Amino acid sequence: MSILLIAEHDNAELKLDTLKTASAAAQIGGDVHILVAGLGVDGVAAEAAKISGVSKVLVADNAAYEHGLAENLAPMVAELATDYSHILAPATTTGKNYMPRVAALLDVEQISDIISVESSDTFKRPIYAGNAIATVQSEYAKKVVTVRSAAFDKAELTGSAEVVAVSSVTDAGISSFVKQELTESERPELTAAGVVISGGRGMQNGENFQLLDGIADKLGAAIGASRAAVDAGFVPNDMQVGQTGKIVAPDLYIAVGISGAIQHLAGMKDSKVIVAINKDPEAPIFQVADYGLEADLFEALPELESAL
Amino acid sequence: MKILVPVKRVIDYNVKARVKADNTDVDLANVKMAMNPFCEIAVEEAVRLKEQGTATEIVVVSIGDKACQEQLRTALALGADRAIQIDTDLKLGSLQVAKLLQKVVEEEQPEMVILGKQAIDSDNNQTGQMLAALTNMPQGTFASEVKVADGKVEVTREVDGGLQTVALNLPAIVSTDLRLNEPRYASLPNIMKAKRKPLDVKNASEMGVELTSKINLVKVEEPAQRAGGVMVESVAELVEKLKSEAKVIA
Repeated sequence: MSILLIAEHDNAELKLDTLKTASAAAQIGGDVHILVAGLGVDGVAAEAAKISGVSKVLVADNAAYEHGLAENLAPMVAELATDYSHILAPATTTGKNYMPRVAALLDVEQISDIISVESSDTFKRPIYAGNAIATVQSEYAKKVVTVRSAAFDKAELTGSAEVVAVSSVTDAGISSFVKQELTESERPELTAAGVVISGGRGMQNGENFQLLDGIADKLGAAIGASRAAVDAGFVPNDMQVGQTGKIVAPDLYIAVGISGAIQHLAGMKDSKVIVAINKDPEAPIFQVADYGLEADLFEALPELESAL
Repeated sequence: MKILVPVKRVIDYNVKARVKADNTDVDLANVKMAMNPFCEIAVEEAVRLKEQGTATEIVVVSIGDKACQEQLRTALALGADRAIQIDTDLKLGSLQVAKLLQKVVEEEQPEMVILGKQAIDSDNNQTGQMLAALTNMPQGTFASEVKVADGKVEVTREVDGGLQTVALNLPAIVSTDLRLNEPRYASLPNIMKAKRKPLDVKNASEMGVELTSKINLVKVEEPAQRAGGVMVESVAELVEKLKSEAKVIA
């Protein structure tokens, strides 16, 4: 068995999702190679070479891959795939975008968003928004798999793999990058943070989310939101934690004014410790919380900030 | 411009899915079914493009047994012009669905295919991207804005760090995310009118596509339940427990 793992990065830094996916690769077993495709990615490749268990880094450094356009990336990955039994990528918006395209080019059904490796051809994955867990087995010679990072620990950075350039370049010429508007934040990324504090509809409006800032500063936390808060227009969608948003599994998750709809729970229930602050004692969030506090958040939040 | 909108019949999103006692699958007997929410958004976007004068015809297609005609009629009531049901009793994977849709694309020659980013039953998030690969079209996935101009479509995509905008040559595939639009409700006169709109039925087994999935569903289980914890009386007690008991803050 040999595994091709596709690195998630922003051309400057390797993303944590890659290290988590590397752990899934290690559980499958076999020789693991990692593909770094982008522009000016020497630094990323050097970082990837340190991932424990990786024996080779393939570098495709070309303008065609700078923005991760699926139309350019997929044919190259499909071509490289000839030599591998498994193709793995993190189930981020990037991986979700190009991997099914790779799978279709290989005439293989993809297995999306795995949360555990049962054997080299059998995996567990959530379906129905996490209300059920399916065990699926692939009969294909090649397995195309995306990995839910929150379900795996990160691989160590203790290795030293050889770095090799990939010569083939595909520019399909049917799509182009126009612009990117990334949310600027001093805080850690939601999916990488050790502590996450999220607000829900109970926050009442967008301005009140500032009540979370001081606490987040003290805890080094990322700030998230429930879909209800996003739908109500309080905060942008990239803050959404849930089945249709980001899946997080921090050491500490603090849910404030969040009732605990299934769709939200699916995005955070693997957190190590869950705290819920809600004034409704019947809120379903209390059923999953390790520590529940029935309180008015407008009183509890300032108090919490000063207590930390 | 002709737009093709594939839609899927799934469990209603307000209904909690229950696992069958024998762990073979989720129990869908006597469960309320509806159009997949992301598909509703796709229909709505196509209808808006038609109202703006960009689209001239909207064709909706669904793959499944006769019951999915209900969702096709819903799409017709929302403003689609005609419908195609690809009839099959088989449980298909995303790749088989994409191959059937490829046949429809070859026959209908749409300039755009708009479809939901994922179905809320299998949660695969694959079909649009696979169809794009099979038809060699560009893909604008997880769209929060779609603008058609000068023979291209500009798609703003919801990505992990924010938004990314790409320009795609037409014909193109667009998959919808939640914030693209808010779907309308069908009016009663439009529901009545939809009953007279054309709905063709094709037999999936006669379309020249291998329909057998090679991914086997071994078992389906309830997710591990998280045991509820304790209620604390005050913020002070909470902070104390987080420090000394859970040891997650210093």
